[in-house]
Amino acid sequence: MIVTTTKGDMDDSLLEHRTGTIDNENELTVWDEYWLDGELVHRSAHVTLKQSPSFAGGETATF
Amino acid sequence: MANTQSMCTSFLGELMLGQHQLGTSTIVSRGSLTSPTTDTLKAALYLASATINAATTVYTVTGEVSGTNYTAGGVTVTNATAPTSTNSSATAGVGYWTPSASLVYTTVTLSTAFDTVLIYNSTQSNKAISVHTFSSQTITAGTLTLTMPSNTTTTALLRLATT
Repeated sequence: MIVTTTKGDMDDSLLEHRTGTIDNENELTVWDEYWLDGELVHRSAHVTLKQSPSFAGGETATF
Repeated sequence: MANTQSMCTSFLGELMLGQHQLGTSTIVSRGSLTSPTTDTLKAALYLASATINAATTVYTVTGEVSGTNYTAGGVTVTNATAPTSTNSSATAGVGYWTPSASLVYTTVTLSTAFDTVLIYNSTQSNKAISVHTFSSQTITAGTLTLTMPSNTTTTALLRLATT
């Protein structure tokens, strides 16, 4: 697979691949890193939002 | 300083003024007497060191990320789904809305940590709508994808509820 890096497009077989996940009540995040000789040359992240701001408490006045 | 996830307070009042039109257009535009239009919403990213919260009233460049292939102001939000409302009882109702596609920042390099996206209405003088936070990230010659939650009464990106 070809990976876009800071060094140009490279085959992933030449790179060290690291990945990780953050999963909590607010988000599910998966990140992918590719390293070349100890240098980070690519990092992507996919964040899925779970919890969003809401406004609760709308009321109407009584006469 | 820090960013705080919240619906922007100013947005609540602006809704009553009819200053935002989300989703598919259902009313005649303020700019035309004959042709309904929908507002353009945008999504800007902010540094973890910024201060974006409920008190934010408009999009600002202060604290916004910068880097290769990132355009100030962020990306356009796909706004094809009309807001929906329903009620679970005579006194408990909810209106909700979610963008109809993920927010994607393609082949960017954002070297300084960021943790927030601000949704705002670029058609209406960049009025702020909501602030969404996530774990601090950087991107290197890569893509940031923000996938939206399911558009339901309990998970939609924006929810206004009576109690």
